[in-house]
Amino acid sequence: MSGGKIDKLVHMANQIGDYFKVMPEHEAVNGAADHLRLYWTPKMVGEIIGYVDAGHSGLNAVAARAVAELKRRSSM
Amino acid sequence: MALIRELDTGTPIRIGGDMLTLTIDGQEVRVPAGTSVMAAAASLGTQIPKLCATDMLEAFGSCRLCLVEIEGRKGTPASCTTPVEAGMTVKTQTPRLAKLRRGVMELYISDHPLDCLTCSANGDCELQTQAGVVGLRDVRYGYDGENHLKAPTDSSNPYFTFESSKCIVCSRCVRACEEVQGTFALTIEGRGFGSKVSPGGVDFFGSECVSCGACVQACPTATLNEKSVIALGTPEHSVVTTCAYCGVGCSFKAEMKGEEVVRMVPYKAGKANEGHSCIKGRFAYGYATHKDRITKPMIRAKITDPWREVSWDEALNHAASEFKRLQKDYGRDSIGAITSSRCTNEEVFIMQKLVRAGFGNNNVDTCARVCHSPTGYGLSKTFGTSAGTQDFKSVDKADVIMVIGANPTDAHPVFASRMKRRLRAGARLIIVDPRRIDLVKSPHVEADYHLPLRPGANVAMINALAHVVVTEGLVDEAFVRERCDLANFESWARFIAEERNSPEATAKISGVDPNELRAAARLYATGGNGAIYYGLGVTEHSQGSTMVMGMANLAMATGNIGRDGVGVNPLRGQNNVQGSCDMGSFPHEFSGYRHVSDDATRETFEHLWGVKVSNEPGLRIPNMMDEAVEGSFKGLYIQGEDIAQSDPDTQHITAGLKAMECVIVQDLFLNETARYAHVFFPGSSFLEKDGTFTNAERRISRVRKVMAPLAGMADWETTIAFARALGVEMNYTHPSEIMDEVAALTPTFAGVSYKRLDELNSIQWPCNDKAPTGTPIMHVDHFVRGKGQFMLTEFVATDERTGPRFPLLLTTGRILSQYNVGAQTRRTSNNTWHDEDLLEVHPFDAESRGIRDGDLVSMQSRVGEIALHAKISERMQPGVVYTTFHHANTGANVVTTEYSDWATNCPEYKVTAVQVRRTNHYSDWQERDWEEGFSLRRIAQGLVDAAE
Repeated sequence: MSGGKIDKLVHMANQIGDYFKVMPEHEAVNGAADHLRLYWTPKMVGEIIGYVDAGHSGLNAVAARAVAELKRRSSM
Repeated sequence: MALIRELDTGTPIRIGGDMLTLTIDGQEVRVPAGTSVMAAAASLGTQIPKLCATDMLEAFGSCRLCLVEIEGRKGTPASCTTPVEAGMTVKTQTPRLAKLRRGVMELYISDHPLDCLTCSANGDCELQTQAGVVGLRDVRYGYDGENHLKAPTDSSNPYFTFESSKCIVCSRCVRACEEVQGTFALTIEGRGFGSKVSPGGVDFFGSECVSCGACVQACPTATLNEKSVIALGTPEHSVVTTCAYCGVGCSFKAEMKGEEVVRMVPYKAGKANEGHSCIKGRFAYGYATHKDRITKPMIRAKITDPWREVSWDEALNHAASEFKRLQKDYGRDSIGAITSSRCTNEEVFIMQKLVRAGFGNNNVDTCARVCHSPTGYGLSKTFGTSAGTQDFKSVDKADVIMVIGANPTDAHPVFASRMKRRLRAGARLIIVDPRRIDLVKSPHVEADYHLPLRPGANVAMINALAHVVVTEGLVDEAFVRERCDLANFESWARFIAEERNSPEATAKISGVDPNELRAAARLYATGGNGAIYYGLGVTEHSQGSTMVMGMANLAMATGNIGRDGVGVNPLRGQNNVQGSCDMGSFPHEFSGYRHVSDDATRETFEHLWGVKVSNEPGLRIPNMMDEAVEGSFKGLYIQGEDIAQSDPDTQHITAGLKAMECVIVQDLFLNETARYAHVFFPGSSFLEKDGTFTNAERRISRVRKVMAPLAGMADWETTIAFARALGVEMNYTHPSEIMDEVAALTPTFAGVSYKRLDELNSIQWPCNDKAPTGTPIMHVDHFVRGKGQFMLTEFVATDERTGPRFPLLLTTGRILSQYNVGAQTRRTSNNTWHDEDLLEVHPFDAESRGIRDGDLVSMQSRVGEIALHAKISERMQPGVVYTTFHHANTGANVVTTEYSDWATNCPEYKVTAVQVRRTNHYSDWQERDWEEGFSLRRIAQGLVDAAE
């Protein structure tokens, strides 16, 4: 992991994904999304969504789906 | 105010058992079976003369002064060793007893210096008192015979002397060291007239003595006496207060002369410590009046400018104007604050109030971020509340004690003494730690199992323990069925039973012998009451929160929750870590652990405070630093924390601090963080203010002011003054009013008030209508969350890996005599025991690198390099090195990395891949840091030697 802020956010999101991945998929994705919403500032959440929107693919499967879920919720 | 003299019943008070009635000096008394005649007499107010007896110790029966007559019995038995019997008739005063006692005293005094008027214990000497009580008027033997009057004095310990010419060989000190402290450093050497107290044939300083002070407290003469008493004389009044060091939260009598502390004496009625202490609380209070204290507010435009002393008004207005400017220029979220676990609950509460109600954001965090934040997360998820389950006393009922990632004899010594008492009485012990800590084998204590896992393998290890419980049919099914979410349990049990979680499979990760692990799991599950005690070796990992949940799973699966002797118990690092978390200083939650997004909770705060509060979580400390480096976070108010020393990846922390436009540091000293500050608010020590601390057992205890704040304001007053300068009204005239507000807003504190604390001495939360006197043990009939929740705990290896460049793993920790960043203890004689951070290296790793004991070695990780001296130690396992972070000029956290717990961002201090090699010079960072230590601490109108 390099020292840039977005790299740290990606690393943190992947760690969260790693924790939840043992759960059934729906539970894992919602668990990771809820965790991001409850503990990350809106700005940090916005930045990780922006990272995905920019086409980067550094997130693991659960983290990527959780970020997508957050984006879906924010657009509702 | 007067000197508090606590009743000494001579032998311990027995609780429980059948009540027996006996007659003492014509008065009937009912006491529990097992009580001594001496203690029974004391309960009537009758003080039987004594010298070798004191109620902190079991009866010994050596001095022969406490003799009594018992109807129907021959002779004159010692009242301390004679248990009461029903119908017993005792006389404590008869002419025969008076003659015997006088004769005994005469022998004692015949070999004792008659310098009472100039003796340091004059007026506070039991020998002197008893000589008066028994009416000794002359000594027929004279003083010319063989005696000990020229016996030497040992002044080697910085805090007390051993004046052996005054020793009466009552063995109280030896017994205190054994029974109370559990160190066994003292003994009686020689026989008969040649008997003498000895710290093992060396002087006190060179001995195994840990300077807990128990022997000094037990000594009935001036033999063992505080050097402060020798220098200042005996105290004239005392105030009961709470220690400001570790999370045990010991109760002390501050014994005073005016505003000067003469000594700190542990308070027997204090429920956390019951009259015991450690070297820090007992002796290391001198920092409070150290010459390095900064007592004037200071400001400067740039960190390279010298500090300028200004009035409080100028400092407060300048700071307020800067914070307003920053929010105007960079937005509402550009500033924040860090609360302190060294400050009181009341100070923490108004700090977070200032942020939420004044700054208008939730950018408040606390140093628990870097220690026990995973405890809050993990226990909340599984049990429903963010705190330990037991009181300390509970360990007295434990049958199997499992210590995981904690080193209580160094970091929580008073609780360790209590634990060791229980272990000596037969409880079994499992230690889970990469290092061979003292508890693994020490006098009269030996672990049944030591599981020396590799750093980073905690979750693999706890899963393996649970795997044994589940697959070998050791689950407490009745408990799980009644108390836990059953479907959830079944899902967890299926997961944990998978072969990949077995001891054999996880051994590849943890390095722990599967047979030993299986045996330890069986012992914990079947050995009676199983109690888990844990420390930062659990939390400070990338899977810290997972590990906390893993321990909670194990305790629930084995039914070890909800009664005396069991539980999951975090040993909190700093004095008010629990309290600072309780008071709502995390960015996502209010006091009482309620999320800021909870509308109903938020409305109660908004209603009382009269402002809208953000419903979004704010920045954690690491996020603040990231945002600062990035340029969007510009101002930080730090109370009583030194993040430039304590937090990981120092160079990133200092880069963040340097990038900010206004850093306010409120502290006792110009600490490392203050180098990068623009405003300095002088802080107040625990002796200078009123308030409360909450210890690791959720016990709220009073802190009482014994001297005026050296800077004119206590910390809570400074925060209020700063709030007012910002236009935020806070109208508290006393910390009790802040606690009233906490109680009004926090259901678990609803019954807490200063009046109630004065009545009950201390209170363990929750304290409310349901539990008006508090809650010693939690989750008794049901979990706070209802049903206990088993959480899946998949092991995920940290990304911090060893390899060819960094082949060793560094783990960091604490030692007995120093505390946290050392700002307090380094300014006391505690430094005599530990004046530098050392790198402990296993002989194998040392030999392969040509390192000898005492060599200067370089330690490098991927983020930084330092140099320090090596200590070859077989406490380490090969491949693992260890150091402390107590000394700023070592810079241990230059090496630790930015990796952190997945759930809470608690740093992974316990796992850093490093290389170690011999060197002949300090690192570039150290050289630069030492230069900055001077240049960034200059105070205008003369350089103040504030560098440490």
